[in-house]
Amino acid sequence: MELGNIEKILEKYFEATTTVAEERKLREYFAQDSIAPHLEQYRPMFNYFSIAKEERYTKQVPLKPRVNYYKWLSVAAAVVLTFGIYFGKQYQERKDAEYAYQETKKAFELLAENFGRGTEKVAYLKEFQEAKEKIYNNN
Amino acid sequence: MKQTEFLNVVMPFKDKLYRMAKRLLVSREEAEDATQEILLKLWSKNESMGEYKNVEAFAMTMTKNFCLDRLKSKQAGNLKLVHSNYTDETVSLQKQLEAEDSIGWMERIMEDLPEQQKMVLQLRDVEQYEFEEICDLLDMKPTAVRVALSRARKTVRDELTKKHSYGIG
Repeated sequence: MELGNIEKILEKYFEATTTVAEERKLREYFAQDSIAPHLEQYRPMFNYFSIAKEERYTKQVPLKPRVNYYKWLSVAAAVVLTFGIYFGKQYQERKDAEYAYQETKKAFELLAENFGRGTEKVAYLKEFQEAKEKIYNNN
Repeated sequence: MKQTEFLNVVMPFKDKLYRMAKRLLVSREEAEDATQEILLKLWSKNESMGEYKNVEAFAMTMTKNFCLDRLKSKQAGNLKLVHSNYTDETVSLQKQLEAEDSIGWMERIMEDLPEQQKMVLQLRDVEQYEFEEICDLLDMKPTAVRVALSRARKTVRDELTKKHSYGIG
């Protein structure tokens, strides 16, 4: 690449009228070891652009497949719901049974009380029996 | 879109996103975070991604907006950018020597450019985008892009000449 041409492109470059291809030529020129001394001052500029393009993004991006997340969430919810219903039902049954037991007990107590009253009255019959036996024995 | 498919689409330009973010945010960590954020945002949109004609341009615009928002909120919160991958001239001799490195200069010179010029210079001279693409990405008129680019290049040249005439390089 002849020097005059480079100088011309360089001039255009600072007016921002160069094409991408022309700019590539400039970068190539300034990447050489020997360049015209009066152009030496531009070297860092073009070299820097080439070096700056080498920088890489090396970090790993944690791309979570979000679909899975919802899937597992629904699985967990279903499990919790099933167990909840199962144990809830058991608990309810136990409660019902206890209630039935209490009610039955009350009913039996009522019955027992009334039977007691009945036996009290039967006690009079014993008096009657004794009196009858006395009479029979005396005869 | 499956994860592997998505990665195939994103892989070719993820470095460009990162470099753009780093140009604007300067700090490596900040730029990495920003890139990750953008990629995750893209991933969350992966179902509708087929509709975009140019995913790269879309992602680039997203990155630009994201970084500018970041910078704005930083300024509003009166926070200074803290970054470690940056050599401070006053610290030590070793660091000073590093700072004299021409790459270091260039980085510093570009850092001092206004944001718009920074972006234009990054897109054109580092990534070699065409003018029309830059117009679309930055939502600027072609003449405005040219003016910004010319100013940016001249500023870099003048700064370099200044350094050069000190006889350090």
